Amino acid sequence: MKLTSIASSSTLISAIALCLVSSLLLSGCGSSESNVEAGNRTGTLHWGNGTEPQSLDPHIATGVPEHHIIKALMEGLVHKDSESLGPTPGVAESWTVSDDGTVYTFKIRDDARWSNGDVHNAHDFVWSWWRALQPALGNLYAYMYFPIVNAREYYMGEVTDFDLVGVKALDDLTLQVTLDNPTPYFLQLLDHYSMFPVHQATLEKFGAPDERGTRWTYAGNMVGNGAFKLTSWEINRAIEVERNTFYWGNDDVRLNKIIFYPTENTTTEERMFRAGQLHYTNDVPIDKVATYREANDPALRVTPYLGTYYYRVNIREPHLQDKRVRRALAMTIDREKITENVIKAGQIPAYAMTPPNTRGYYPPISLSFDPEAARQLLAEAGYPNGEGFPVTEILYNTNEGHRKVAVAIQQMWREHLNIEVKLLNQEWKVYLDSESNGDYQISRAGWIGDYVDPNNFLDMFICNGGNNRTGWCNEEYDRLVLDVAPRAKTHEERMAVFTQAEQMLLDDLPVLPIYTYTTKHLVHPSMKNVASNIMDQQSYREIYLEGDQD
Amino acid sequence: MNSNSTIMAAEKGTSLWEDAWIKLSKNRLALVGLGLLIFLCVISLLTPWIAPYGYEKQDLLMGATPPSAEHWLGTDVFGRDMLTRIMWGGRVSLMVGFIATAVALAIGVVYGAVAGYVGGRVDAVMMRLVDILYALPFMIFIILLMVVFGRNLLLLFFAIGAVEWLTMARIVRGQVMSLRKQEFVEAAHSLGLSQWIIIRRHIIPNTLGPVIVYTTLTIPSVMLLEAFLSFLGLGIQPPQSSWGLLINYGVETMEEYPWLLIFPGIALSLTLFALNFLGDGLRDALDPRTAKD
Amino acid sequence: MLRFALGRLLQAIPVLLVVITMTFMLVHSAPGGPFSADKAVPEEVLEALEAQYNLDQPLWQQYISYLGDVLQGDMGPSFKYPGRSVNELILSGLGTTAELGMYAMMVAIFIGVIAGVTASMRPNTAQDYVPMTAAMIGICMPSFLLGPLLVLIFGIHLEWLPVSGWNQIPGDKILPAITLGTGYAAYIARLSRGGMLEVLSQDYIRTARAKGLSEFLIISKHALRGGLIPVVAFLGPAFAGLLGGSFVVETIYQIPGLGRFYVQAAFNRDYTMILGTTVFFATLIILFNLLSDMLAVWLNPKLRQQVRGE
Repeated sequence: MKLTSIASSSTLISAIALCLVSSLLLSGCGSSESNVEAGNRTGTLHWGNGTEPQSLDPHIATGVPEHHIIKALMEGLVHKDSESLGPTPGVAESWTVSDDGTVYTFKIRDDARWSNGDVHNAHDFVWSWWRALQPALGNLYAYMYFPIVNAREYYMGEVTDFDLVGVKALDDLTLQVTLDNPTPYFLQLLDHYSMFPVHQATLEKFGAPDERGTRWTYAGNMVGNGAFKLTSWEINRAIEVERNTFYWGNDDVRLNKIIFYPTENTTTEERMFRAGQLHYTNDVPIDKVATYREANDPALRVTPYLGTYYYRVNIREPHLQDKRVRRALAMTIDREKITENVIKAGQIPAYAMTPPNTRGYYPPISLSFDPEAARQLLAEAGYPNGEGFPVTEILYNTNEGHRKVAVAIQQMWREHLNIEVKLLNQEWKVYLDSESNGDYQISRAGWIGDYVDPNNFLDMFICNGGNNRTGWCNEEYDRLVLDVAPRAKTHEERMAVFTQAEQMLLDDLPVLPIYTYTTKHLVHPSMKNVASNIMDQQSYREIYLEGDQD
Repeated sequence: MNSNSTIMAAEKGTSLWEDAWIKLSKNRLALVGLGLLIFLCVISLLTPWIAPYGYEKQDLLMGATPPSAEHWLGTDVFGRDMLTRIMWGGRVSLMVGFIATAVALAIGVVYGAVAGYVGGRVDAVMMRLVDILYALPFMIFIILLMVVFGRNLLLLFFAIGAVEWLTMARIVRGQVMSLRKQEFVEAAHSLGLSQWIIIRRHIIPNTLGPVIVYTTLTIPSVMLLEAFLSFLGLGIQPPQSSWGLLINYGVETMEEYPWLLIFPGIALSLTLFALNFLGDGLRDALDPRTAKD
Repeated sequence: MLRFALGRLLQAIPVLLVVITMTFMLVHSAPGGPFSADKAVPEEVLEALEAQYNLDQPLWQQYISYLGDVLQGDMGPSFKYPGRSVNELILSGLGTTAELGMYAMMVAIFIGVIAGVTASMRPNTAQDYVPMTAAMIGICMPSFLLGPLLVLIFGIHLEWLPVSGWNQIPGDKILPAITLGTGYAAYIARLSRGGMLEVLSQDYIRTARAKGLSEFLIISKHALRGGLIPVVAFLGPAFAGLLGGSFVVETIYQIPGLGRFYVQAAFNRDYTMILGTTVFFATLIILFNLLSDMLAVWLNPKLRQQVRGE
């Protein structure tokens, strides 16, 4: 055994000892069939899911790993098409929208059932949405409901009668939703788990509807309406879901089972993939992407993501108040070099906040890499050749990728502007604290869109917005984003308003956009119908495994 | 060294310490270890003048390259010279290793010796305090330290020393307790020797062995602990580096760029072996029993 | 002996109380709360959440009610995982971590003692240097390096063993046990070598040698008992450390153990979970220290008299 020579080396006795110990541990070394091979035979998908989900309650959960599992267990009124992301029928088999775009009428399919066989109808939605808006529940995504008439008011306690909220079951199979304004992205929101229905009888069996964290989401208790049902949940080990035979589209579902693994450690995840323990990985380690690329390995899937990586500038800092300084900083970040030579995972240099082609929207471009002009701007601001410029600190949370970007930018600013830049990494929660207290100069940030619309990227920067955190405030900008855009009559008009707003943001640069995110996965060749889209949405209804592909 | 000389001055003739030095100078491995340590320290001291490149000088277009004529130990993903970075990292690591261990040693030995020697209720209370400190959540403690005191290297030494002394105290206490009841100590008591002389002549020399061994084991773990503290934001910040951090980064890319792991690993291992040889030599040299042979 | 043990157990009560109090204060003064997140949490939501977990009460009141719950054996609900209680989470990881710790300890003791004893038999020869050099490598090889290395060799290239998991694929317990055990094996090897050298130079061993007893008998019957005292003193805290320090190994191999909870709880500022795991580990440390002290007394006749005498 080679094992021994590594662990303790050479002395014969210790070799024997180790063999003894190993044989104790060895419970019949290695079956020859890998997870992937067995899975392909039985229709079981082995899925790397990032982290252990906090909760599977759709009105409490907040993260991406939760999203992956909840999407298997439940569904909303509509789905997003896995290529175009346009709405396709879910629990609602069809819908109509009034001419002014504010009244949606959904026809619930009559064969909709819960996973225990119970009838599933329009009343479930009314009850579920009532529940989702209970303040005690602590639903972080309650704002998804706010386009609906009186939803915000009900949530804030200004309206106490839920009948006044714009959601009605006209009959068992007809649901009517009334909005304040025509909201072009409303159908998309319905595919977000925060708007999924929950099974009233089950919830009430395990506690009060607005009680946070009852046992209704445990395996054996949970009742859902999705293509799969929860059969096992072992903390930090695996979550298993199996085909739900009551699902209306069960005939088209091809997978029998999905096992979600909490793969926190991407290095381990990548190795699990190589060893045939996973079909699909949640991520690829940053240094491995280049290796897979050079090998032209088809397993690597890199797709642009609806998210922007950027630096916040704290404009309450005296020397960062001058927008010429911020522009000079923005113009000396060589984004091409960062994406091509530092992180090397197909990211796209970003020169604006909103990713390009967000529902047909292309942001205005007024930034470029131009050290010469930047030096001039810095000189105009009173720091010729960087002289007298205070030491400036970049704050980031501890992470290999953030470190790399920060180290590169530090050097770029030193080289092109001759200014002293320090780096400061903090543990995640400390970093969050510093950032929201405004206790930073420049800080690393990222934003992933909840839905495909420029609004989701631009309404962050309204005055004192919770996610603004830069101290930047422009009333005209607020007016455009909050008042003008929602009332726009046509798509073109609305996009023009957003362009105007984003241009204001880019003139002032309270944020320095760096790149557009990508999602990175390793996908086993036997896994078919894997979608690639900017929301990183997969449809388990469509995925299947081809056994003899290995 | 200071205490050595005072003790040497106090005792006439061939003292334990002179004996030890003679024995040590005969131990070839120990001398090699000592030489190596001095060499590493000298290199670290001279790094600002003799490093071939700037430790932060990047060449993003070049990226990570294996060892070559220009870069003897290769370059990292930013195109920075690894030899330079290891030299600069050594400054941090050696400093952290020695100072933090010295802090732990000082607290641990005194604390353990007092507890073990006095015994009884005092010992019980002191050891329960050690239990308490063992149990406190280290990470929260570090995060708080960072918030209260801000970041600086001195704090880092303090934090590490504050953690590492606990085990040292337990070891010393155990040793002292068993010594206290040995015949030769009791004999010394009955001869009417003062407490101080007993402690100095009999207790300290006999606890030195385990203390030295444990010290040589502590230094490497302290160097690695530094990397973890840097991760929490307490240690050093990029572009500065240390061996612990370089090894941490190296592990991430060990398949792609093995030299980023191997060379800092060798630097750390060399230090450990040197310490180990020297530590073993010292222990043998200071062992009172072998001294009488 | 029994009185000694009982006395120590009584002492454990104030120790635990101090641990709880200090941890409670540490945790509540750490920056960043359990509910802070990347996306801003609206004020109303935050208030609702804090009310739900009694975080809106004055601190002393929270402390009193927490203490009351703990006395009844209830460590409270986890803040991070709604619906899970701390008791439940600790219980779910305990078995796994204990099993991992036991295997690792077996690996460590087997390799460590045998290497240390072997080395001590012929000091300053190759039989000494080789195992001791290996031990040194074992110490300086941190598990975050050894783990990935073993996985690469045995999991990826040789394909002998699974790269991750626990009780999921046959053989998946081997690499974690070795990874976790190796560092401790190295310590044990050095400690047992030192202890053995000490004992082997004592008069009664020389007497035994002079009697012409075989070396094996001398070692196993006479020397081992005394020579392993330093190892035993190390084992108590080491085993507790093994359970608490298995975080790295549990992360590398995706093992659902306590170590991960302990560390993640701190990162998540999951107050009750931090307190729960800390109290749990404190109890373990006290127990194991007591056990190792008792073992040391049993191994060392002089101490035995002393304990009886006092």
